[in-house]
Amino acid sequence: MNVAAQLRTTAVPDHGQGRLEVRNVSKSFVVNGAPVEALRDVSLDVAGGEFVVLLGPSGCGKSTLLRLIAGLEPEFRGSISQDGNAIAGTSLDRGIVFQEPRLFPWATVSQNIALGLKNAPLSDRAKREAVAAHITLVGLDGFAQAYPHQLSGGMAQRAAIARGLVNRPRLLLLDEPFGALDALTRARLQVELQRIWAHERITMVLVTHDVDEAVLLGDRVIVLAPRPGRVSRIFAISAPRPRSRTDDDLVRIRNDVLRALGDGEEDGSGGTPISGPA
Amino acid sequence: MSSSAALGSLGRGLVLPIGLLLTWEVASHSGLVNRQFLPPLEHVGATAWQELASGELLEALAASLRRDLLGFVFGSGAGVLIGLLLGLSTIADRVVMTWFNGLKQIALLAWIPLISLWFGFDEMAKVVFIGLAAAIPVILNLVEGIHATSRKLVEVGEVFRFNRVQFILYVYLPAAMPSLLTGLHLALIYAWLATIGAEYFMAAGPGIGGIIIAGRERFDMDLVMLGILVVGSVGFLVDRGASWLERRLIPWRAASALA
Repeated sequence: MNVAAQLRTTAVPDHGQGRLEVRNVSKSFVVNGAPVEALRDVSLDVAGGEFVVLLGPSGCGKSTLLRLIAGLEPEFRGSISQDGNAIAGTSLDRGIVFQEPRLFPWATVSQNIALGLKNAPLSDRAKREAVAAHITLVGLDGFAQAYPHQLSGGMAQRAAIARGLVNRPRLLLLDEPFGALDALTRARLQVELQRIWAHERITMVLVTHDVDEAVLLGDRVIVLAPRPGRVSRIFAISAPRPRSRTDDDLVRIRNDVLRALGDGEEDGSGGTPISGPA
Repeated sequence: MSSSAALGSLGRGLVLPIGLLLTWEVASHSGLVNRQFLPPLEHVGATAWQELASGELLEALAASLRRDLLGFVFGSGAGVLIGLLLGLSTIADRVVMTWFNGLKQIALLAWIPLISLWFGFDEMAKVVFIGLAAAIPVILNLVEGIHATSRKLVEVGEVFRFNRVQFILYVYLPAAMPSLLTGLHLALIYAWLATIGAEYFMAAGPGIGGIIIAGRERFDMDLVMLGILVVGSVGFLVDRGASWLERRLIPWRAASALA
């Protein structure tokens, strides 16, 4: 596959393994003058190359935890480190894809992706090649010169994934990246994301409230409980990949997860969000 | 829009001015108003022809446009720098903005005595006054545009470790561009109004304002009317040209898919 070859030539030297350690992290916000505890004493370890899903209802602090890992929220208690280095602010070693594509509306798809490389230690030629390779990786060939308003929601999110990956981070954080998409597009992008993860072999941490998405994608699903946000259970999912959402194993685990969420009696078919779309 | 629809809308746009000109002509010829105060159109036309032939009208127009443009360029350039500073620096914003909001309440023409005391009555003073008129809308709109930059896009810049200059070039300036263009558009209009004001109140040297003053002093209503028509036409063309440029310069304006 020549995309793979291209990506390999543009690879930045060894980044480390993408291991993540979250130790006793607590975080409060002040809302209307009163402190609200968003996370209480959360600890978790993510191995290099692992796909971990943070699952929980609205208000369980899963997005807050992801923003702390990204380095977007400077103040919290506890410690977070990537490959042994405490995180301080954002880093090109950690990519992030938000729920909204957040593309710059004044820049084309390729310009948007190229902006991610502004501070990368690469030659101009290497940057151009990396942009082209990542456009191909997410299946947006032919749309490099399109502006964001000319893209569908799914295409815009593909562009955002390419932008999150273009720095070749060892860790990619995904904050409900498919939450705003229609069911068909969401299902297709979940499969795409599995393929990209297998291809890139990097660590991914995905936040979602969709149980099906969680068990389809995760090596482990970490269930968070709300108010204050804390880890309530962890499910290891050893089903072989590539997975299909109709695998018996997955259906069984999905039901276990739902039971753990205190939602066991519901026999939903298809997408089973715990709460409405965030 | 099809060409016939375009013609139709142009036709509707012309109804009012043509109606006014007709009323003017009828009123002037019927003796309903004194011809000395409202000369018939053909007299104004004849004066226009004379002034054109002697080269005086074009010379005056060139002089006015030159100082208009000069004032606009210096004023909006300073406006962009000041606007960036106020928009991006919280401290500068807090210290200056209240003061500035008070300052802009001063009617533009009220600056003329001060400026003429500081800079005299010649070219320099006029250009400073025009520049001031152009700078104010640029500053106000640019600051507003920068403050309205989506927090979510700023975070994307943080994720990519943008430095100060990169934030300005790749996030704040493009985000504020529609606002900035609105400000520049207003600056063009204000600068032209200020040009006429400056020429009228700081009368020295050639200019369209000078033509109007000369007409008034000689009680030559044709000349006054001619001057007013030229001022109006230039203002109209400047406004239209700016709108056209604004549409061409922002290809992403249709974008609301921001998040």
